[in-house]
Amino acid sequence: MGILATALKKFHGGVHPKEYKELSRHCAIEELPMPKRLYVPMHQHIGAPSDPCVEPGTQVFKGQLIGEPNGFVSAPVHAPTSGTIQGIEEHVSGHPSGLTMPCAVLIPDGNDQWHPELKGLEDPYNADPQAIRDKVRESGVVGLGGATFPSFIKLSPPQGKVAELLIINGVECEPYLTCDARLMEEHSQEIIDGIRIMLQALQTKQCVIAIEDNKPGAIQAMRRAAQETKNVQVVSLPVMYPQGAEKQLIEVLIHRQVPSGCLPIDVGVIVHNVATALAVREAVLFGHPLVHRVVTVTGLGIARPANLNVPVGTPAQDLIDHCGGLKNGVKKVVMGGPMMGVALGDLQAPVVKGTSGLLAMLARETVQEPEQPCIRCGNCLQACPVQLTPCEMAWRAKHDLIDQLDAVHLMDCIECGSCAYVCPSHIPLVHYFRYGKLAMAAKKHDKDKAELTRQRNQAKQARAEAEKAEKERKKEEMRLASEARKKAAAASQAGESAPAKPVPTSKPAAEESAP
Amino acid sequence: MIEAVLSMGGMALLAGLGLGYAAIKFHVEGNPVVESLEAALPATNCGNCGFPGCHAYAEALASGEKVAISLCSPGGSEAMQSIAAILGVDPVAMETDQGPRVAMIHEEKCIGCTACIKACPVDAIVGANKQSHTVIADMCTDCEACVEPCPVDCIEMVPVPDSIYNWKWDKPAGPQVTIH
Repeated sequence: MGILATALKKFHGGVHPKEYKELSRHCAIEELPMPKRLYVPMHQHIGAPSDPCVEPGTQVFKGQLIGEPNGFVSAPVHAPTSGTIQGIEEHVSGHPSGLTMPCAVLIPDGNDQWHPELKGLEDPYNADPQAIRDKVRESGVVGLGGATFPSFIKLSPPQGKVAELLIINGVECEPYLTCDARLMEEHSQEIIDGIRIMLQALQTKQCVIAIEDNKPGAIQAMRRAAQETKNVQVVSLPVMYPQGAEKQLIEVLIHRQVPSGCLPIDVGVIVHNVATALAVREAVLFGHPLVHRVVTVTGLGIARPANLNVPVGTPAQDLIDHCGGLKNGVKKVVMGGPMMGVALGDLQAPVVKGTSGLLAMLARETVQEPEQPCIRCGNCLQACPVQLTPCEMAWRAKHDLIDQLDAVHLMDCIECGSCAYVCPSHIPLVHYFRYGKLAMAAKKHDKDKAELTRQRNQAKQARAEAEKAEKERKKEEMRLASEARKKAAAASQAGESAPAKPVPTSKPAAEESAP
Repeated sequence: MIEAVLSMGGMALLAGLGLGYAAIKFHVEGNPVVESLEAALPATNCGNCGFPGCHAYAEALASGEKVAISLCSPGGSEAMQSIAAILGVDPVAMETDQGPRVAMIHEEKCIGCTACIKACPVDAIVGANKQSHTVIADMCTDCEACVEPCPVDCIEMVPVPDSIYNWKWDKPAGPQVTIH
């Protein structure tokens, strides 16, 4: 049976937010008509931003490389459709700051024509693991559950570590979102294909697909598709937020906790999202890069909820327009899930590889209560799935005790929002954590820079001193040389009066003149 | 066998004791206040404060003389606040705090004289004789040491632009308590 436990374990804490999944769970995936203009961000993944590698005016095919990866933890960016690159411009992004980032502006030509040279691997289910990883890497596949970590890294177990189990994450625990559920219902066979490729890349024998039991359609479809593949098993989990978080899901399934600062591979498992499995299939079977994804457009504030297959780079406004626009009284539009997503300041922000949902929320769906003092009730401690102390962490962040944040393990916080959800004082705990995390990072950056500055300054001073010493040495050498020349000249003058004897060097001359 | 172990062990013990004794006997006591002040300063040794380097400024601050705590321009208000915390004095207003800045060379005006390269305390300017120079922005410490030596005034201190990479979350306003 391997390391998969026979019974499920409940992780600590967690909450049951109202699901709202009924809004969109019956909406079959539909293709979004090609937008007039795409803004493809150069940074859609965890890691270093990509370098644009196309000139304005370039005609590109669908799937053509337009941004080169910059380093190991990075991912390439490809053209989501065929058309003309208008330029690389600063465009608003779905970042919480609302600031811009460099985007390739693409005017689609309407043909949606794949690059003719894109090819998949032959015999992908028995291919060399490294060939699969390379294909996944060059296709720009990143984790589609939201973290957008480059997937090829999670298909390369480090030396000496073995992935005993591949977990495919179909939990989709965020309320509202149904894009993964629809994918599993409609593309179950393709997902199984992707899983077989991943198992080959990892050289792993066992796979479990984890799905919460509020998605009976998805469970049924995946069970049916997995029947023929004997090492793939579907497990139905009771609903609990945030069960889809990697470390929590691992604990539920194999009863092992991933220690702080460690990765799932350290306990012998690898976790990939269902949509990632599909993207891996496209990449390895056909050589098609990751250029589109399914986005759930939902919320009580949208006229017609839908699950849309959308090219990366489509402005949020285009999705909303396709779904009949916003109703009156929309309080905010959120990109991502309601618990962890980002409220958009500008609806021109484009869909990126990690965008799972677009939620138009009315006032009654959101909490807009003013923050009140902490009453030390301890609800947040009960709710935290990482067993942290949210009230203590927020208190330290609030009072800028940045040096103490490490002691309360702020960096282990997964920002799931369970604590803020249960807080009776409506304290924006996650907001405090994000503030604290960036403050910690800024402090570390300043410290590192000061250390680097010190080193560079010392190096410069050492070089200046070495140069000075070198000058002194040369001066001394020249002085000695000129003295020697003078002496030689004097000796040769003396030699001319003495009996003829050739004096080739100054040394014998000095000996002669010495007595 | 046992003799070898004993003799080597004995020698190691003697050497350890000797070293331990020397460490205590010849210990040089640094002023911990100076050390912490120096750590709060940016270590560019640019001399903008009027002292010949960060160490000298830290010593002057620690000596109890009347030295303003707001003299470090590369460190800005953050350095000032750290100094105030270490010395236990109230923070003061910076004379000119324009936020983090970085030197920028207008390359069309640069004549390639290398004067700024020599002036930069952290080797953050690259270029060759009669070739245009440029600043490695990540290394620049905002000390202005390069501005003065430039014979054609082509170096400008520009604010670091906001981007998603240096953006910070605002802190929540906190509870608005009203007492009835």
